[in-house]
Amino acid sequence: MSWIDIGHIDDIPLRGARTVKTHSGCIAVFRTSDAEVFATGNACPHKGGPLSEGIVHGTRVTCPLHNMVFDLATGQAQGADTATIATYPVRIEEGRLLLDAAALSPSQAAA
Amino acid sequence: MKRKLVIIGAGMASGRALEHLLEADADGFDITLFNAEPRGNYNRIMLSPVLSGEKSYEEIVTHDADWYAAHGVTCRFGEKVLRVDRDRKVVVGENGEVPYDQLIFGTGSSAFIVPVPGHDLPGVVAFRDLEDTTAMTNASGTPGGRAVVIGGGLLGLEAAAALRMRGMEVTVLHIASHLMERQLDPAAGYLLKKDLERRGITVLLEASTKEIVGEGRAQQVNLADGTELPCDIVVMAVGIRPAVALAQDSGLDCGRAIKVDAQMRTSDPNVFAVGECVEFNGNLFGLVAPLYDQAKVLAATLTGAEATFAMKELSTKLKVTGCDLFSAGDFAEGDTREDIVFRDPGRGIYKRLVIEGDRLIGAVMYGDTADGNWFFGLIKDGTDISEMRETLIFGPAFQGGAPVDPMAAVAALPPEAEICGCNGVCKGTITQAIAGGATTLDDIRATTKASASCGTCTGLVEQVLAVTLGDDFVIPAAKGICGCTDLTHEDVRRLIKSQELKSQEAVWQELGWSTRNGCHVCRPAINFYLLADWPLDYKDDRQSRFVNERNHANIQKDGTYSVVPRMWGGVTTPDELRAIADAADKYNVPMVKVTGGQRIDLLGVSKDDLPAMWADLNDAGLVSGHAYSKGLRTVKTCVGSQFCRFGTQDSTGLGIRLEKILWGSWTPHKVKLGVSGCPRNCAEATCKDVGIICVDSGFEISVAGAAGMEVKETEPLAKVATEDEAVEYTTAFVQLYREHARYLDRPYKWVAKVGLDWVVDQIADAAARRALVDRFEISQSVYRTDPWAEHARPSERPAWQPLADLTLEAAE
Ligand code: SRM
Ligand SMILES: Cc1cc2nc3c(=O)[nH]c(=O)nc-3n(C[C@H](O)[C@H](O)[C@H](O)COP(=O)(O)OP(=O)(O)OC[C@H]3O[C@@H](n4cnc5c(N)ncnc54)[C@H](O)[C@@H]3O)c2cc1C
Ligand code: SF4
Ligand code: FES
Repeated sequence: MSWIDIGHIDDIPLRGARTVKTHSGCIAVFRTSDAEVFATGNACPHKGGPLSEGIVHGTRVTCPLHNMVFDLATGQAQGADTATIATYPVRIEEGRLLLDAAALSPSQAAA
Repeated sequence: MKRKLVIIGAGMASGRALEHLLEADADGFDITLFNAEPRGNYNRIMLSPVLSGEKSYEEIVTHDADWYAAHGVTCRFGEKVLRVDRDRKVVVGENGEVPYDQLIFGTGSSAFIVPVPGHDLPGVVAFRDLEDTTAMTNASGTPGGRAVVIGGGLLGLEAAAALRMRGMEVTVLHIASHLMERQLDPAAGYLLKKDLERRGITVLLEASTKEIVGEGRAQQVNLADGTELPCDIVVMAVGIRPAVALAQDSGLDCGRAIKVDAQMRTSDPNVFAVGECVEFNGNLFGLVAPLYDQAKVLAATLTGAEATFAMKELSTKLKVTGCDLFSAGDFAEGDTREDIVFRDPGRGIYKRLVIEGDRLIGAVMYGDTADGNWFFGLIKDGTDISEMRETLIFGPAFQGGAPVDPMAAVAALPPEAEICGCNGVCKGTITQAIAGGATTLDDIRATTKASASCGTCTGLVEQVLAVTLGDDFVIPAAKGICGCTDLTHEDVRRLIKSQELKSQEAVWQELGWSTRNGCHVCRPAINFYLLADWPLDYKDDRQSRFVNERNHANIQKDGTYSVVPRMWGGVTTPDELRAIADAADKYNVPMVKVTGGQRIDLLGVSKDDLPAMWADLNDAGLVSGHAYSKGLRTVKTCVGSQFCRFGTQDSTGLGIRLEKILWGSWTPHKVKLGVSGCPRNCAEATCKDVGIICVDSGFEISVAGAAGMEVKETEPLAKVATEDEAVEYTTAFVQLYREHARYLDRPYKWVAKVGLDWVVDQIADAAARRALVDRFEISQSVYRTDPWAEHARPSERPAWQPLADLTLEAAE
């Protein structure tokens, strides 16, 4: 694992998200409570809706385009929908947000 | 031998004591009654109606000369007692001494005068006795006379209202942030202020008096903030101080007033005290109810009977004709206390109950005080209210025989119990309708109108159906907002108001949400309800808004956004068009389109560019068009009388005026207006949420139209003569919609639910209409701003960019 500092937790609004641009696409980093964050792929598997713009509730997000709901911890679509979004390791250290670069690297994605 | 009894002060307390005493022992005493006022006892609390002219002094006299003569009381009125010599047991009046066996102090209080410079000028009066009242009456004789009343408590407001009734221009200065802060909470204080303002009284809160100035008499009051108030009379009504100097000088044990025990005896066993000059267990008094209790105890003590004075809860009513206000008990906030609140803003009704444990300890009500005494009884008796807690706020009418079961409670309601407040339908009318064949809620609505308006009584109507029809009626399971709760939108709206829920946390907690913070369905709705009901307390939560409203632009299918600047009433200028063209060039806008709403849409803008583009548009004076919001969208207009040969009124001007008033406001769903200059209706006003058709004689306002998924012609709301009225009616309608509709119901859907008649009634009532406009304005004091300008600020811009760009880092 190789942790990269992507910013401070307070840069993300509570019950909101910000994006991180990476070589393997855009990642959404969600802040679900004061000290709880998740990282997933930003594009909705349905029609590419930007998940980072969805309403964040509990540990879930609702896609802003057509309301598919995803669990941020597992990446599983909820309810009758079946689809999965990628999830990425992220942690908080003294307020800093650390994303696991290893999980993002093109080689890793290819593997 | 008769005992020599001397009484100092012929006030309300000693007057009552005399009555009891003479009743118990008509011949036992040789009584001398001193009074500094040159008259006997009168009903001091009725000085307010005397001041307003509703009563004469003669009507409020309680004991006249005949009464004193008949009871052998020696009256020394207009004579002040100067000293009491307890060693010699004599009272020294201005005209000589009187010996006593027993002595009663009934000296009452005097008005407290704030010692500001100029407080001793002629023309500065208190409101305590007939002399003060006469001074004020005389001042009110000056045509166009102006009064400044210092003090927004019970006395000050009664004086203010009375002087206003006499035709004076009245300004009330109050130091606290709401009126009567000791008897009322801020909400009731607010309603009271509005009521007084409606009567033409000016109320200045948090006003601190610096000085009173004038040539030989009070002519102007100057406030600390520099405000200058010219006046003919100044009324000081800031409080009272017990008249205790005489007792102190005679060596009696005094605190803030004369200390007495529960038998009304002072530190001298032959000296007693009664009334406002008394201090009992650290308590002072300012209302007559406890004084009457004291009077009874005192009479008993003097005649050798057993009696004990005890403190009781007090209730207050303001004696201003037309202001219905009641407060009782203790309603300070506290950790261990809970509130139940009911508000009907349309009718100006507010009720708040304060509960501690299983007891009611305080009640404040405004607008409808009919149940005041019932609540007061519960407070005084310390009744356990846990069983009726759910329905307590609705008063005794709702307390059935076995309140635990709501069905039994409904069954126990008498036929005359009101079920539907909007339409005034009582239980009997509903049961009759059922006897006449009604079997469903819709039948009841159609035949009786019950539950056909605001709908909050739907549950009760269903219960009446169930109780009357038995198994033939199954109460339909109400549909909750979403999976997070079983409560309906209507339930939640009502509870947010009645329980004063002012934060999302409060809603989740108090209403038992099954999720941590709702979901994408309920959260935007709750966010709207909270900001609509508590515009000053609750702050709009961006994270509870759908992406368009959070980003103040419409998201497109490819994740880009559209930007629609406001064009007031569809009118623009060459400069605005140039700024739009420049922005389109600068940010590579792939499509520029004229919308169906008379303005221009810049489609396909990337999120990162939004703040900079907004800043450019702002520079040209353009603001957000809210093309994305559940709020005011467009006001479509036609050219009207400015250019059109058929135009009857300035429809363009009215449209712009309406748009400038309404813009920025959040509503349950989007709101669109149209204003046409004549019945040819080129602005398509008759399919809008509010449509105005100008005619020669005025403005035809119609509402609840639609031209989207459903097409529906508007229905008439009112016809008015002036543009000002058209604006007032429209604003009131929008506010009514904001206060009552469920989230995501367009006005036409909401009006279909509550009935056009109800809406028309609400708006037709001038007071209710103005109250709606007032509440809209309060909300707009927060929301009539441009969100683009806010987010275009340099400090906000980073938030619109990605948090990090790891593609750059890797490249390095
Ligand atoms: C831009 C515009 C079409 C155009 O190019 O002219 C438009 C575009 C959209 N309309 Fe509209 N409507 C536009 C005028 C209208 C009109 C005509 C009017 O306002 O005079 C109507 C019918 C009148 C009415 O509202 O009753 C209209 C009825 C709708 C509806 C159906 C509403 C309904 O209650 O039935 C929707 C769906 C909704 O709001 O839920 C809708 C929703 C939309 C949305 C917001 C769809 C969406 O959620 O993305 C479109 C956004 C496009 C964008 O990104 O800008 N639009 N839409 C018009 C913008 C007007 C403006 O300046 O703000
Ligand atoms: C305008 C107004 C409206 C009110 N409205 C209400 C209401 O709605 N409800 C309510 O419960 N209460 C009301 N009150 C309060 C109520 O009137 C008093 O609580 C009550 O009058 C007090 O009675 P008391 O006998 O203690 O004193 P008072 O009625 O003040 O009588 C005391 C008397 O003693 C005389 N005195 C004092 N010192 C001497 C002396 N040294 N020698 C001789 N005489 C002396 C005074 O001249 C006075 O006449 C109101 C008061 C006012 C002024
Ligand atoms: S009519 Fe349909 S496609 Fe056209 S703008 Fe309106 S919502 Fe979009
Ligand atoms: S793109 Fe996410 S639900 Fe359609």
